[in-house]
Amino acid sequence: MSQMINLKIDGESILVPEGTTVMDAAEQIGIHIPRLCYHPDLSLEGNCRVCVVAVEGFDHGLASCATKAWEGMEVQTNSPMIRQARRDIVELLLDNHPKDCQTCDRDGNCELQNLSYRMGVRERLFEGKRKQFPIDDAGASVVRNAEKCILCGRCIRVCGEIQGVFNLSQHGRGFTTVVGPANLTPMDESACIQCGQCVNVCPTAAFLEQDHTERVWKALSHRRKDKHVVVTTAPAIRAALGEAFGLPMGTPVTGKMVTALRRMGFDAIFDVNFSADLTIMEEAHELLKRLAGEGPLPLLTSCSPGWVSFLEKFYPELIPHMSSCKSPMQMQSTLIKTYYAQQKGIDPKDIYVVSVMPCVAKKFEAARPEHVLDGMPTTDAVITTRELAVMIKSYGIDFQRLPDGEFDHPLGTSSGAGDIFGATGGVMEAALRTAAFKLTGQNLGNLDLTMVRSDHGAIREASINLAGQTINVAVADGLQNAKILLEAVKRGEKKYHLIEIMACPGGCICGGGQPYPPIGTYTLNPELAKARAKALYSIDAAKTIRCSHDNPDIQKLYADFLGEPLSAKAHELLHTHYTARTPRGIR
Amino acid sequence: MSDHCHGSTDNWPELERGYRAMLPEDVLAFIDASRGREHSESMLIATLHMVQGHFGHLGPGHLEAIAQLMQIPLAKVTGVATFYHYFRLQPRGKYLINVCLGTACYVKGAEKIAQKLRDELGIHFGETSKDGIFSLESTRCVGTCGLAPVVMIGDEVHGPLTPSQIPTLLEGYLARAAEDLAPAAASDSR
Repeated sequence: MSQMINLKIDGESILVPEGTTVMDAAEQIGIHIPRLCYHPDLSLEGNCRVCVVAVEGFDHGLASCATKAWEGMEVQTNSPMIRQARRDIVELLLDNHPKDCQTCDRDGNCELQNLSYRMGVRERLFEGKRKQFPIDDAGASVVRNAEKCILCGRCIRVCGEIQGVFNLSQHGRGFTTVVGPANLTPMDESACIQCGQCVNVCPTAAFLEQDHTERVWKALSHRRKDKHVVVTTAPAIRAALGEAFGLPMGTPVTGKMVTALRRMGFDAIFDVNFSADLTIMEEAHELLKRLAGEGPLPLLTSCSPGWVSFLEKFYPELIPHMSSCKSPMQMQSTLIKTYYAQQKGIDPKDIYVVSVMPCVAKKFEAARPEHVLDGMPTTDAVITTRELAVMIKSYGIDFQRLPDGEFDHPLGTSSGAGDIFGATGGVMEAALRTAAFKLTGQNLGNLDLTMVRSDHGAIREASINLAGQTINVAVADGLQNAKILLEAVKRGEKKYHLIEIMACPGGCICGGGQPYPPIGTYTLNPELAKARAKALYSIDAAKTIRCSHDNPDIQKLYADFLGEPLSAKAHELLHTHYTARTPRGIR
Repeated sequence: MSDHCHGSTDNWPELERGYRAMLPEDVLAFIDASRGREHSESMLIATLHMVQGHFGHLGPGHLEAIAQLMQIPLAKVTGVATFYHYFRLQPRGKYLINVCLGTACYVKGAEKIAQKLRDELGIHFGETSKDGIFSLESTRCVGTCGLAPVVMIGDEVHGPLTPSQIPTLLEGYLARAAEDLAPAAASDSR
């Protein structure tokens, strides 16, 4: 047991284990010290100095996030000197920050704005030179606006520590210090894999997703009624959209989401979960083929576009291991412009496909040249959950009071296996449910394969016996974890048949495009991932059809249109390929 | 997994060849020797010094080669290279102009001299003119305060200067540069 330490915070005695920071100790007695660069799930930086406290014996403030408590320490968190210092620090940050809160994307959800309100900053006393940098908004997914940057370094930390990409760094020094990729190259030309976690952890609007709402408004506007506008929603949206409207974390809102989309005027509302089921059909058959000796093992899942980019930049030698399945979004968009277009008798050129995604990298994926059909993109616009929430609000829809609606057919039916795609381990669980059926001729007795769910750690492994064959699987979320897993496989320490990797920690439910949690809660918070995952698992558990191969509309799609899994037509429409890309990532 | 690796999708061997071709032998030997050692990334600054010592500056290609061969993220490498004043990211011009911004020169209007130089050359401190003739830097006291404000061009000190003298001063060096080039050009035309 670690030694306990006595200290006094604002006159109150408290006993904490050795190694506890002053910030955490204060938290224990109900004192929330203001903070900015601090992030509980990232390493300590201690550079913003907002969390300064006065300590007996020191004539300057100490950063409470980075100062460990010691025996007999006496701390003042609210002395006049400290209050003034903290306020000055925030004012100095504001002085070097654009004055455009009202038109900023983070208005109402900006940590700097919130802090300045709480510090009582009501006027700007320091007027000086303000840093000026060009905005990098040429990227397909991520926009970097260095003028809004307060140099807290969270993006640098998440990109390196959680994602293992290390694409961002401070450049230059002093007043002209700027955070960006190497040589401040445009995001799309850098090692960036577009996951958008920098957007999630940024306290201001220095990183944002590329906005697609304008093109969706345009498609929906009366002038463009010549277009048949179809919207399709990813599994993870329903688990998080409610948060943007004040509902508790992880409230499932499938029905309200569908109704909101209908009121916005979309001509058809489909569910990407349908194509999640389809992905499983194709991927499970791919696995069976590889188990039979055709192609390399382990098979790597290919749903997460951030992971796809990571593979192409960091592990191109593993490309032959990658499943050739398009992501569910791309399968869905392709089917909308072929199968559905044919059924409805609409020229695919007159269909406009809007995908709602928890993901920033999906914007990049949609723009990849592989994903075209007769020269046109299969997915026309990708909006994040955040962008959808803004559109719903702008439409004046009272989300909480909406009645439940239902998806349209035929691309709106899904099994429970499709629903869980949004959580880490979900693709694996769904794939195993179908692989088991294909190998043994019957469904598993217990469909809840909890050993691959995230409660079992960041990297999970499991073995499952199917028809006398032991299938070894592994799951990783967060690309730093993926690196650890892949390196073990490369060294030959581990032999798996199937590996699921999702770029974002927790999976799509904590993707780069999900609603910002309320101020005080941080993205990367395991509780947030847990609550959102629970929403998806509860939807799955409540369904009668819980396996992709049992989805009647999937069966009909194969019977009427595709033939069978991995057929020539399925290959043409549902599969893709990958290429080694530069700049090569450092692993 | 190695049984299944297809060399064809691995771009590393080709990339590595290209990166090794960009750096001199002694730097490659230094990087190879530091590889695998504990905290090998702490050799980055030493490596940057060696490369700049060899080429006179650190170009984007050099930085990329250093990053890849040392397996240090490129953003980190360019972050370090842009942080330290000593590292030059552009090739140095034929003549290095050092504007003294020390106290005496500053009081005597060095900032106006500096502005005139920036305007005339169309470059900022730390940059090199498009024709590759001049690089512009600032320095603190050069020990000739009696001549303030002074500008050093190469190893020659000029002062006291007024902004209006700058164009003539630069023309002199341009003419010298042209003379130096002339015999070479003449031999080329033969």
